Amino acid sequence: MNQEALPLLQIKGLVKTYGKAPALNGVSLSVGKGDAVVILGPSGCGKSTLLRCINGLERIQSGEIILNGENISNPGARWDLVRQRVGMVFQSYDLFPHMSVLDNVLLGPLKVQKRDKAEARRQAEGLLARVGLLDRKKDYPRQLSGGQKQRVAIVRALCMNPDLMLFDEVTAALDPEMVREVLDVIAGLAEQGMTMLIVTHEMDFAKAIADKAVFIVDGAVEEESDGEVFFRNPRTERARRFLNSFQYESRRPRRKTGAAPSGLTPVPVTRATMG
Amino acid sequence: MLNWAFIAEKAPAYVKAAGLTLKLAGAGIALSLVLGLLCALALYYRVPVLRRAVAAYIELSRNTPLLIQLFFLYFGLPKLGVMLSSWTCALIGLTFLGGSYMAEAFRGGLDSVSKAQIEAGLSIGMRSLALARHVALPQAFLVALPGLCANSVFLIKETSIVSIVALPDLMFVARELIGLYYNTVEALGMLVFAYVVILLPVSWAFRSLERRFRYAQLGT
Ligand SMILES: Nc1ncnc2c1ncn2[C@@H]1O[C@H](COP(=O)(O)OP(=O)(O)OP(=O)(O)O)[C@@H](O)[C@H]1O
Ligand SMILES: [Mg+2]
Repeated sequence: MNQEALPLLQIKGLVKTYGKAPALNGVSLSVGKGDAVVILGPSGCGKSTLLRCINGLERIQSGEIILNGENISNPGARWDLVRQRVGMVFQSYDLFPHMSVLDNVLLGPLKVQKRDKAEARRQAEGLLARVGLLDRKKDYPRQLSGGQKQRVAIVRALCMNPDLMLFDEVTAALDPEMVREVLDVIAGLAEQGMTMLIVTHEMDFAKAIADKAVFIVDGAVEEESDGEVFFRNPRTERARRFLNSFQYESRRPRRKTGAAPSGLTPVPVTRATMG
Repeated sequence: MLNWAFIAEKAPAYVKAAGLTLKLAGAGIALSLVLGLLCALALYYRVPVLRRAVAAYIELSRNTPLLIQLFFLYFGLPKLGVMLSSWTCALIGLTFLGGSYMAEAFRGGLDSVSKAQIEAGLSIGMRSLALARHVALPQAFLVALPGLCANSVFLIKETSIVSIVALPDLMFVARELIGLYYNTVEALGMLVFAYVVILLPVSWAFRSLERRFRYAQLGT
């Protein structure tokens, strides 16, 4: 973990309600520069809402969101500027269907950031090459597999050169054989020191990548621990039970063929379906 | 039997009138598209006062016959001191009618653009103008295209009513010939033929246009 004086992102007492029901009930957390923070919790606990608040897709009722020392949750905040520094990747990719892969990636750099065309294109092609999709740059989203679309969506966010990336269950809609290719891209980003908030149900991945784990229950942070600590020995009972729910216990005796162990050995299930 | 000499003699008048019909239809369609788009945007962005005016206009336009609208423009307005030429009346009438139909088509297209698409645009820092131009409108247009084409064909056909304001279009020529010579069958036959000659290619062109921009191509 990369410790610096000022955290890149700081959230204080964030409250978000839909009607009367609170989705976030005083969430506080801080994210150091270069950290990969994994956000976990049961379905409906407010993970998506938290990410959506951070880039202004939801209006908050109270609390503060501080990015690089600047309070971005002020009433007068320019969200269009904030969003250029905060990349977001959605579960359903949401590429622009009427544009080629390259145009999807270049839309922000050219039309929002008004960058030099040749320079932006160089970066876009470099990023596409890095996720193995440079040869598909002229294709349309409908011509790509789910995993490929999601890699393009990641590149689209990255090409804005954000300080922070938000991932909301980006592999949840993918066929199992495509999950890996997307997770590898995110792991690569973590290695390069990208600051990230990652909502995922892929426990093996979360464990491997998390500098920090934030466990949310009912719109409040139940536990915030180092990744190591959280996955090996969580401090709260609820986190322990949550992690255990991802273990699949065989109730039937194994067949005696091969070297299969007998008894009740927990088998880790990579893709859990929580709600 | 058909009087072919009559047909040959009067054909040029039909060609000339067809030119006028086409010019009127073209201008009317173009203006309707502009008006319709502006109205749809006012509704889509819920522009305060404007959206109510637009809603009222659409109801008025869709629930009154073109004939009555033209009567009002050509015979009613002069009584209020506003004199408009036949051509202006016809064009305004056609646009008044077409604008509301085009507005509905555009609105249907805009409504079909998902919230997720808008949020994807927002998340790369786009503001509403850029969002409309690069994300919402292109997708809305593809969805609206079949409706826009159907409305255009509809407007070309509606031009037949504008002869009522003394514009020498196809319908006007046919009626004049019938009045002068009583060659009803020939005059009407040529009228039908002229509209078919105009509308068939237009319909074909629109159909191939729709095929090229098939909505299914949008499937994410
Ligand atoms: N647009 C909305 N309107 C009303 N309630 C909402 C809305 N979006 C979310 N909620 C509610 O807010 C709470 C948190 O939802 P959220 O989507 O953030 O959960 P989540 O942790 O992302 O769940 P999941 O793991 O299923 O994605 C839920 O109780 C949900 O029903
Ligand atoms: Mg969610």
